[in-house]
Amino acid sequence: MGACSPGLRGPGGNPTADPCVSCEMGTPNIALTTSARPRMSKLRRNEAIAGLAFVLPWIISLLVFTAYPVLASLYYSFTEYAITQSPKWVGLENYTAMFTTDTAFPTGVYNSAYYALLSVPLGLASSLALAVLLNVRVRFIGLYRTLYYLASLTPPVAGTLIFLVMFQPRGGLINVVLGFFGVHGPEWFADPNWAKPGLILLSLWGVGASTLIFLAGLKDIPAELLEAASIDGANAWQRFWRITIPLLTPVILYNLVTGVIGSFQVFTSAIVIGGTTGKPQESLLMYFVHLYREAFRYFNMGYASALAVVLFIVILVITVLIFRTTKGWVFYEGEQKS
Amino acid sequence: MPTTVLQRALRRRLPGLAAHGVLIVFAIAFMAPFYWMLISSLKTAQQMFAVPIQWVPPVAHFENYPNAINYPNFPFLRYLWNSIFYSITVTVGTVVSCAAVGYGFARLRFPFRNALFYITIATLMIPYIVTFIPTYLVFKNIGLLGGYAPLIVPAFLGNAFFIFMMRQFFLGLPNELADAARVDGAGHFRTFGQVMLPLVKPALMVVAVFTFMGAWNDFLGPLIYLSDNRLYPLSLGLYAFRAQRTTEWGLLMAASVITTLPLIVVFFFTQRYFLEGIKLTGLKG
Repeated sequence: MGACSPGLRGPGGNPTADPCVSCEMGTPNIALTTSARPRMSKLRRNEAIAGLAFVLPWIISLLVFTAYPVLASLYYSFTEYAITQSPKWVGLENYTAMFTTDTAFPTGVYNSAYYALLSVPLGLASSLALAVLLNVRVRFIGLYRTLYYLASLTPPVAGTLIFLVMFQPRGGLINVVLGFFGVHGPEWFADPNWAKPGLILLSLWGVGASTLIFLAGLKDIPAELLEAASIDGANAWQRFWRITIPLLTPVILYNLVTGVIGSFQVFTSAIVIGGTTGKPQESLLMYFVHLYREAFRYFNMGYASALAVVLFIVILVITVLIFRTTKGWVFYEGEQKS
Repeated sequence: MPTTVLQRALRRRLPGLAAHGVLIVFAIAFMAPFYWMLISSLKTAQQMFAVPIQWVPPVAHFENYPNAINYPNFPFLRYLWNSIFYSITVTVGTVVSCAAVGYGFARLRFPFRNALFYITIATLMIPYIVTFIPTYLVFKNIGLLGGYAPLIVPAFLGNAFFIFMMRQFFLGLPNELADAARVDGAGHFRTFGQVMLPLVKPALMVVAVFTFMGAWNDFLGPLIYLSDNRLYPLSLGLYAFRAQRTTEWGLLMAASVITTLPLIVVFFFTQRYFLEGIKLTGLKG
């Protein structure tokens, strides 16, 4: 057979039975090729073409619906663009206006920050607690799981409306039930101080999905670890905080990041209750609602783009900060702690 | 003092009973809005907010439903059809495109494949807020505003998250299958369609149910692209109804039930895929 191992190959890697041909992979026969690189075999080239064909729709989408819009947003943010005319370059005017003349900007920032800072930690804690609760071995546990998750499947508009009904100041279910306990319930969505808490409670109703994610994470924790710990004398509290939580930190990180990104873009529930003015008294004027209003009611596309860029940067910074701190608290199985 | 049989039995059962108790309390809390929506849809507006509270409607006002459906200028049956059409079309487009693209990333080698894949993952971090205005303007300049095209066409081009998911699934298939198919003379497209695709059906179902739900609940998309009332899906129709007829609560609740019920029905038939999907990928839906 010759000095070559089975699978005699000629230039370009094609199998050949001719022992006279050089059998080193990648050694071009100068007479056949003029390029320095060995020519791709026909098989590989077909595969590459097929691969690109399969992926082509996505490439188009990336260019048209992701790359271009991001760059365009950046560009428009430096212009004044009222749709009917072409964009007019105004430099940093939009950005300075944000911090000076736009009175709704600080309101939008405050409302969204308030909402995010409360709904995310509360949501994390509740879904984690519920997941622990759902992890017990009890009859019908599957049914409970389904019921809790079902709540998060409600179409947002319908869910917001039913909360409006339930949180009516007079005659609404919530205040009536509170009355049974002797508590005089607040005006909720009619009171600017209570509208956002009401919105946050609405978001908590939808923790079913995060709960199931945590539940999956809980089930991944090896039972032997917990058993060994209890044999060593650890009580349930210690087992939870010293073993369960650390092993759950990757899941917590995931829910934290997605929660932050989502909560800063809260829109539907806010606009269904408060309209585009965020009533009562702009208490529900979230950042995204303000942006929507600027773009699609006042047709200030340029200014709206600037608002979008600012939010993007804020989300980016926060996400990077969160990831920066992960070394301090996220524990990935198999990694050495430095 | 020696414990009695009763005391021992109670001590054993108590944790289980306590767990049940807490579970039931939360179940009531989570289900209450659904129950309330249902019975409110059978009440008149006055009855809904009457004090003392009516836990069960004294008279079932079923006419809320036909009244809502036939309300002038708010064709709710049309809205229902629009929602179904929109959700199914987007689902088909997403499943097909994400399966194909995911397969390409997983099993075919082409230049820049890895870089392209990492870019795909990176785009998951780009919030909707920063792309939706220029996208709207693109469609405006093409003249496709006012219909479902801007909402449906992108779905046929792929979705980063589901592409990622399908790629992972295809990677899990044994290589020998592709080799066997090739030996049998199948080209890439046949290998994909007849050999690989049938093997990832569970993953396709997961993509399908989450996409369907996402499209059914989509609000902002239809809000900015649709202007003709008759094209509204249920989410938008409900919003418009509430914006204009703020006091017709009974009808509003009936319309809400019409909006919510189909999704729950779909869920009950495809439960398995929701739960599997969440477990596998951390999808929230």
